[in-house]
Amino acid sequence: MTRAGLIRLGLIVALLVALEVLVKIGRIDALTMQAPHKMALDLFTMLKSGKLNKAIAKTMGNAGFAFVIAVSLGVLAGLVIHRLRRLRETLDPLFATYYAIPVFAFYPLLILLLGLGDAPQIFIGVMLGFVAVVVNTLNGLDRVPRVLLKTARVNGMNPLETALKITLPSAAPYILTGAKFAVAYSLIGVIGAEFIMSTGGMGYEISFAYNNFDNATMYPLIILILAVSITINMVISHWEKSLLKRRGLQ
Amino acid sequence: MSASTRRLFANMGWLTLAILVLWQGLYALIGDIALRSPVSTLQFTAKFITTPQFVTHLTETLKAFVLALLIAVTSGLAIGFLLGLKRFASEIFEPFLIAIYSVPKITLYPILLLIFGLGLSAKVAFGAIHGIVPIALFTLNAVRNVKPVLLKTSRVMGLSTGATIRTVIFPSALPEIFAGIRIGFSLTLIGTLLGEMFASQRGLGFLLMNAIGLHNVDVIVMLTFLLTGFAGMAGIVLLLINRRITAQV
Repeated sequence: MTRAGLIRLGLIVALLVALEVLVKIGRIDALTMQAPHKMALDLFTMLKSGKLNKAIAKTMGNAGFAFVIAVSLGVLAGLVIHRLRRLRETLDPLFATYYAIPVFAFYPLLILLLGLGDAPQIFIGVMLGFVAVVVNTLNGLDRVPRVLLKTARVNGMNPLETALKITLPSAAPYILTGAKFAVAYSLIGVIGAEFIMSTGGMGYEISFAYNNFDNATMYPLIILILAVSITINMVISHWEKSLLKRRGLQ
Repeated sequence: MSASTRRLFANMGWLTLAILVLWQGLYALIGDIALRSPVSTLQFTAKFITTPQFVTHLTETLKAFVLALLIAVTSGLAIGFLLGLKRFASEIFEPFLIAIYSVPKITLYPILLLIFGLGLSAKVAFGAIHGIVPIALFTLNAVRNVKPVLLKTSRVMGLSTGATIRTVIFPSALPEIFAGIRIGFSLTLIGTLLGEMFASQRGLGFLLMNAIGLHNVDVIVMLTFLLTGFAGMAGIVLLLINRRITAQV
């Protein structure tokens, strides 16, 4: 581990110890924040008892579903838009300002349209993640070396073969950047929607626990979500870096 | 007006037209049960935005948003400059910033509510944490990537650290810093609204949630239209400013 990494680890440990002490001596009252060791214990008992497994499975399943749709539709749309110059120019202002739009404002409309099931939550997750994937796919396709495209033409590949064997693998690191955003956005979309209005899932359970001052349920769930999203993000980052390194780009 | 700006406006016109056609088409498909037509939404909006009820909620949201944005910009810039100028410190703290950036921050809102209590400060804090991280990350990168020759020149000229930051680093990093502020602006707005939607008694987010509870389609469609329109317009204005700054450097 590098020196910076060691210091980082030390800081995290120091922060946890400080929190533990502050809660212990009552500077932070237990209704606001729990001691870190208690959060870890609560998480363990919660997972062992399995009483929230249904909520966890629902949220993670929906987020995973939204992620898969956002990435596959996003890459497909990126491939199509890349070929149509006029369409791309028209859509450019939309892409540039898309993330200024509060997508959650559409949630009520989606509930009216699709009902209060899983569908509007998945839809919000897809709406958030899709554009990030499209933008990054376009960015990656712009950077495909021309010599590769020429090689494809010389070998007489059809558009499908070119996409599968040349352009997509070449753009892969950039598509992975988009996928990283899609992970975060699908989780944000699904959990945010559950927070606002839903009948189940981790977001719902957190807000239910919050309303009942049930910190023994709330904190472990929050930690679980944070841990899952950071872990997935680190795995994709690692993959992205190793792809770039193999090409001598980083 | 430059050719590229004119093209941007032309594209925006087409885009607006396409969205209106889509909206009208969707309305024809769904009908009054869950949607309103563009024309009746505009009529309702014109009537509603003059009511005192709307003005109170709008002021509340604007107050929270402006405060959150101020906090996000000042602390984002401060963090970005501090870490951008100190290589080792940025090595330690940058992964933290990236981790916070990628985490679904909505899960942290209950914690903020417990710390700040229900009210304006929790909303402001929630909006601000959405904005701080992108502004800090963009500023950090911009400051770190200032051309070494510029820094050498300022050293040769014997500029103090303060003068170097003011006259060399800040101007040359400005385009990228502004790009960060643009993203921070959007995320802060989303954060503030989200905070109001989840737990609040005032503001446009609360108004939206209230309308869902009452199944008031007029208000739901109007607020969605207003918020999207405002965010889109602000986004375009910031994009134009960003382009002008980039062209100047």
